[in-house]
Amino acid sequence: MVEAPAGVEGQGFFATSLDTVIGLARANSIWPLPFATSCCGIEFMATMGSNYDLSRFGSERLSFSPRQADLLMVMGTIAKKMAPVLKHVYEQMAEPRWVISVGACASSGGIFDTYSVLQGIDRIIPVDVYVPGCPPRPEQIIDGVMKIQELVKSESLRRRNQPEYKALLASYGIE
Amino acid sequence: MALTQETTLARLQDHFADAILSHDAPYGFLTIEIPADRNLDVIGFLKNEADLAFGYMTDLCAVHMPNQPGREIAVVYHMHSLTNNVRLRLKCWIPEANPEIASATPLFAAANWMERETYDFFGVRFQGHPNLKRILNVDEMEMFPLLKQYPLEDSSREDKDDRFFGR
Repeated sequence: MVEAPAGVEGQGFFATSLDTVIGLARANSIWPLPFATSCCGIEFMATMGSNYDLSRFGSERLSFSPRQADLLMVMGTIAKKMAPVLKHVYEQMAEPRWVISVGACASSGGIFDTYSVLQGIDRIIPVDVYVPGCPPRPEQIIDGVMKIQELVKSESLRRRNQPEYKALLASYGIE
Repeated sequence: MALTQETTLARLQDHFADAILSHDAPYGFLTIEIPADRNLDVIGFLKNEADLAFGYMTDLCAVHMPNQPGREIAVVYHMHSLTNNVRLRLKCWIPEANPEIASATPLFAAANWMERETYDFFGVRFQGHPNLKRILNVDEMEMFPLLKQYPLEDSSREDKDDRFFGR
C-alpha cells in the first residue's frame, strides 16, 4: 500500500493538490526500458525475478519500446559505437522521462578506460540517478529505482517546460 | 603419404626457393616468413595445389614491432588444410611508413572483414580490397589504436587523477 499524501481529510472527502496525486500515480507505475549491455543486465534480471521483484514498486511492466517507457535503465558498458544508438533511444522516449545509470561502466566507464569505451553515459544523455557497483546487487538497483520514485513524486508535473530542464537538454544537443 | 608440416615446408621450398625467407615452429606451429610482394603467390599456391589444399583462412591479423626499423608491421595469415589437418602461419613484414600489401580477397572471401579489421587497428592498406574502411571502431576515429605510439587509455577520462593513486 502506498501512503496517502499530505492533505485535508474529513468525513467522506480528502483534499490535496493535483500535483501530489499525479506524482504518486506516476511514481508507482514507472515503465522501465532496460538497456542492458553486460553483467549489470544480469543483476537486473535477478531484480525483476521473484526473489527481489521490482514489480512490488509498480515497475511491473518492462517496456521494450522507448516510446512507451518512462525510465531508461542503462546497465553495462557503452562502447563509443553504441553511444549514438543510446542517444537515439533516449530521444525517442516521450516526456516525462528519467534515466538511471546502473553500475560503474555506465556511470564512468569503469575499468574500461580505453579508446573504444564511452567514459560515462552522462557525456551523451542527462542522468537522474547513478547506482554504483561492479555490478551492483539487486538491492542497490531497487534503491536506485526508489530514488527515481522520490524524484518523480516531488518533481513539477510540467518539468519539460522549465527553463533549467530545457537548458540541460540543450547542453546535450537534444531538441 | 599424409601431408605434414615438414612436407608442406618442403613443397614450398621446392616451389618458392627465393621466397621462403625463414621458417620456425614455435610451440609446434609452422611459421614461415615470406616477402610482402609474394603473399598472394604463396597463399594461392597453398590453396590451389591439390595435395596441399589449404582452403581455409582461419585468421588474418597484424603485429606492431616498433623497434625494427623498416619492418615494423607483420601481416600474419593463418592457413588450415582441413583435408590434411595441417595448419601453418605466414608472416609478411612491411614498413610502418608505407604499410601496403596486396589484398587476399580475390582468393578468400573470408579475408574481406579480417582485412578491414587489420586496417582498422593497424592502418595496413590492403591494395585491391573492395571496401577498405573501419569495421569495429567508430568512423570518426583518427588513429589506428593498436599501433604502439597511440595510448590505450581514453584521454577524456577525468576521475583518474594521479594524486589519488599515489603516482
